[in-house]
Amino acid sequence: MSHRNFIWICLLPLVVVTAAFFLLPMAQLLAVGAGGSRGMSAYLAIITEPRYRATLINTVVLAAATTIATLVIATIAGLFLQRHRFPGRAVLIAMLTFPLAFPGVVVGFLIILLAGRQGLIGAITAAVTGEKVVFAYSIFGLFLGYLYFSIPRVILTVMAAVQKLDIGLEEAARSLGASPWAVQRDVVLPALGPAFVASGAIAFATAMGAFGTAFTLATNIDVLPMLIYTEFTLAANFAISAALSIGLGVIAWAILALARSMSGGAVAAAG
Amino acid sequence: MSGIAGHGAAVHIENCGKTFPDGTQALAPASLDIVSGETLVLLGPSGCGKTTMLRIIAGLEKPDAGGRVLFDKTDMTAVPIEQRHVGMVFQSYALFPNMTVAENIGYGLKIRGVDKAARAARVAEMVALTNIGGLENRRIDQLSGGQRQRVALARAVAVRPRVLLLDEPLTALDASLRDRLRSELNSLLRSLGITAIYVTHDQAEAMELGDRIVVMRKGAIAQIGTPREIYFAPQNRFVAEFVGAANIVEGPVSDGRLTLPGGWLALDDAVDNAAAVAMIRPETIGVVAEADAFLRGTVESVAFIGDRERLVVTGAANKPLTVDAPNTINVRAGERVGLSVTPQAVRVLPKED
Repeated sequence: MSHRNFIWICLLPLVVVTAAFFLLPMAQLLAVGAGGSRGMSAYLAIITEPRYRATLINTVVLAAATTIATLVIATIAGLFLQRHRFPGRAVLIAMLTFPLAFPGVVVGFLIILLAGRQGLIGAITAAVTGEKVVFAYSIFGLFLGYLYFSIPRVILTVMAAVQKLDIGLEEAARSLGASPWAVQRDVVLPALGPAFVASGAIAFATAMGAFGTAFTLATNIDVLPMLIYTEFTLAANFAISAALSIGLGVIAWAILALARSMSGGAVAAAG
Repeated sequence: MSGIAGHGAAVHIENCGKTFPDGTQALAPASLDIVSGETLVLLGPSGCGKTTMLRIIAGLEKPDAGGRVLFDKTDMTAVPIEQRHVGMVFQSYALFPNMTVAENIGYGLKIRGVDKAARAARVAEMVALTNIGGLENRRIDQLSGGQRQRVALARAVAVRPRVLLLDEPLTALDASLRDRLRSELNSLLRSLGITAIYVTHDQAEAMELGDRIVVMRKGAIAQIGTPREIYFAPQNRFVAEFVGAANIVEGPVSDGRLTLPGGWLALDDAVDNAAAVAMIRPETIGVVAEADAFLRGTVESVAFIGDRERLVVTGAANKPLTVDAPNTINVRAGERVGLSVTPQAVRVLPKED
């Protein structure tokens, strides 16, 4: 057996698995999407149909807001945690990354416990102002849930990037007269750019596709994964749900690809 | 002198020590005076406290209670680095990767609100001064190590600092480039007339660049002096051995003579009749005929180094002596030789525990 053949034989299981469980279902999904009463135009429905379009916009806005808020919070926390040593630091980091272990349903449950009809915030506001504040089932509850599981993913990446940052750069900037704000603006944030793009892209894609939290909370909000679920299970509209799935995948993939090319450029520029 | 560099401050350091939170003392309380326009070198092995001293002067470290740093008689101890108006050059260069060469050099001026035209003029002046013409629009990752160091120097000098602080700026470069940049840096510092404090572990760098050298050891100052004083009149064994090559000999002293296994040495310094330790530089020992000398030994090895012959002579002192002889000398290993040493070349060192 030649060396070349040996490598091909080793790769065979991977090829079979990829074909059977990834390529075939994808092809089938594509075919189902085009096989409904609308034909190929099902793929455009995500944009042309007002209800679907509104849901798409909802989802993208929510995912973008989650990503931005997560980056802001995780950067401040990551910088602090990486630069300071204090008692309980290790425990705090472990706690911050704990939500990684929770499925979306549990995150949704936590939001309901916090801000639902029987929730903590509701009980406190009812006692203090006489009016019960409930936002678990609104877009803000969903946003909070997404934030909860996005922060750990981003904070770890940011902390790793901060650790690699040459402290000499900040000292050099300060010696040249830069205030603490100017140092952050001109030196630290540009140096963390690639980490922001990479971890932000992951947060965005996760938020776009998150289902468990939305399913647990969703009473009056529609996001794409929920729409796909209802079209598929309740309306039995296979073609549309397949087309929507492809649309969701393509949009998330495009954003990731864009981020990767941007971060590639930024990494090259940063040397 | 104030044209291109601005006025160099006189720096006064008073009782500055540094103890880290874990209790280790990086620097014992020390005092230093640096004259305006002087280049002072802090020299010592790693962990001797030289970088800590520099960082205290820069304002990157706070001295322990009781320590004070003054620039031109103004107390700067509580002033943060960004308001001290110093220039810093780091071993790692610490150039901003997201800016071009020109933006790096102009950064301090931009932060200070200097307008664009004045900034461009000053950047051009610095580019000419440090010989990096043509690189202005390059990114930092497109520069060689030597070019990066020039940019770092230009950036630090551009703001007309009161004190220029250099932390092992040449250590990361290869040997031949280091020698060239060292002499360039030397003429630059002389022409600028700037007050400069230069940290290094390389004694050749310290000798060439320093108006004065502060030799440091284990968080304390071992000796302060001009390069000549440090080399010819070391005050202790550490300085003698750290700066240049040194033969350390010891033996009993009587009537101004130090007795060694191979004879004796006449002493210039007044020494009590007791055991003494002395230092002799290898190039101050002359090789003569055995009959003409009061100190004799056997040549163990001869190494041709180019500009001189390095001999190792045994039997003369308690330990083999290193002798740097002219490269025209004709001796072979195994030969008996006489050694001539003038009394001035024998430096008696103070007793140490």
